[in-house]
Amino acid sequence: MDWSQSLRLIAPEETITVAGLVLLLVAAWGGDKASRLISILASVVLVGAMVLVAPALCGQAMGPETSAFFGQFKADAFASFAKILIYGSAVITLMLAPRYFERFNSMRAEFPLLVMFASVGMGMMVSATDLLTLYIGLEMMSLASYVMAAILRNDGRSAEAGLKYFVLGSLASGILLFGMSLTYGFAGSTSFAGISAGVSGGLSNGALFGIVFMLAGLAFKISAVPFHMWTPDVYEGAPTPVTTFFATAPKVAGLGLIMRVLLDAFGDQAAAWQQIIVFISLASIVVGALGAIGQKNIKRLMAYSSINNVGFILVGLATATQAGASGMLVYVTIYVAMSVAGFTAILMLKDENGNYVEDVPMLAGLSRTRPAIALALATVMFSLAGIPPLFGFWGKFVVFQAAVQADMLPLAFLGIAASVIGAFYYLKVVKVMYFDEPADVVKGESDIWHKAILTIACVFISPLGYLLTSWLGDTANKATTALFAAL
Amino acid sequence: MIGVEHYVVVSSILFVLGVLGIFLNRKNVIVLLMAIELILLAVNINLVAFSAFLGDLTGQIFAMFVLTVAAGEAAVGLAILVIYFRGRGSIAVDDVNRMKG
Repeated sequence: MDWSQSLRLIAPEETITVAGLVLLLVAAWGGDKASRLISILASVVLVGAMVLVAPALCGQAMGPETSAFFGQFKADAFASFAKILIYGSAVITLMLAPRYFERFNSMRAEFPLLVMFASVGMGMMVSATDLLTLYIGLEMMSLASYVMAAILRNDGRSAEAGLKYFVLGSLASGILLFGMSLTYGFAGSTSFAGISAGVSGGLSNGALFGIVFMLAGLAFKISAVPFHMWTPDVYEGAPTPVTTFFATAPKVAGLGLIMRVLLDAFGDQAAAWQQIIVFISLASIVVGALGAIGQKNIKRLMAYSSINNVGFILVGLATATQAGASGMLVYVTIYVAMSVAGFTAILMLKDENGNYVEDVPMLAGLSRTRPAIALALATVMFSLAGIPPLFGFWGKFVVFQAAVQADMLPLAFLGIAASVIGAFYYLKVVKVMYFDEPADVVKGESDIWHKAILTIACVFISPLGYLLTSWLGDTANKATTALFAAL
Repeated sequence: MIGVEHYVVVSSILFVLGVLGIFLNRKNVIVLLMAIELILLAVNINLVAFSAFLGDLTGQIFAMFVLTVAAGEAAVGLAILVIYFRGRGSIAVDDVNRMKG
């Protein structure tokens, strides 16, 4: 393996990094006036990076020729699948953001750059095959995210969200690092292949502690119970386009990372971590469903919904089979579309002065004042609840199918039973929009871009999405074949 | 004779102190930053001790990376703290409570 091949394999990361640094100079000279231009250029670069990673997914890339820098980094089909979702979410965030920030006169040139650098970090996370790459990618994402949460400097809630996210995020990084140091000490290596070989004779107590600490840190990043307490506050406080970003890209990156660590580095020790994942997954489903009841702020409600959905996605991981992993990728794709549709609809809820409306009771009678937004939000809510024939049902179906095939019937039963609790608060939002006495608050006009994104995302999660099931399933299978080929 | 386990015990104690510092501290956000640094230093002791014990340089290189990232993290943390203080006029942990539920 030579350097030129390694450099070719990280072409998407190089493109975004170099373009990001150049745009940073443009931002330094042009100031906030240049922010719209920088936003557009950043979107173009991210779309270019998507084009660069796509061939690996079509070509079913796997094996030693996808490995770069002496096994530190892997640009295989699995990484490509996750990266397309990550870069896609970043582009959508960049398209949603300008209109929102201009309302507060704070469209800063730094924002698109932070999104780009966070995307590079997340790309590294899903490609990492070494604890060192994993850590650097994770911190690149986290440091950019802390700043993004606090980017509305004059807004008290945004600053508080940034502060909370920073303190708890750093704690999680510290716990993750402690786990990595123990894993390094007891497995004797930082590369996933080396760890896999080092623990092949059974886990020592030290390595078991290592896994537990690492899982705690990673669970924080995907906001799984019991490390979810930051999620509602950060989702509520952060500006809505940033919340859209947090609900999509970092989830994909974190889940991809967990899959790589557990299925690759600790793939032979599945019995040791399966019970932990079963617990995390069921706890997330239940806490997400119960916590959302009684929430008045729709962004907080979506935060609990994301905790709930992460629980369902982890059901696929608990099986430790390829079918489960493939189901996770399908679910995560659908989940990204549902989150994008949900938060875009929330961004379109404005009163007549153009202020953003976030209170659920204020949505009363939305079906009469803004029938299109009401229909879109209802679609999202039914889809998140997993009610057929909407596409959200398919995601739940594939992960539970994998659980049943892996003989984990109790997990599947409990998960399905708990999803009924979740349906309650989703339906409550629909009831407020369609059947309550109209409050006539939401009256503002929407941006054409927001309408376009909302329409596309809603068509994807509508029953029409089922036309894509075989293609999506095949692509996810290709990606997970590459992941399992590493074993 | 001091073996690797002594280092692991020391670093574990430091780690627990750091975590307790975050959860028990009710006064000041700056103390939280110090507790986070303490956690990262505990990790570094672990990494360097294991590196010497295994005769493998990776751990020491890892420790350098952790130090670098810790510096960046402290800078970002203090910057967020400054804008928070500008808005609220306080950095007491008990005052960070505008959002709840």
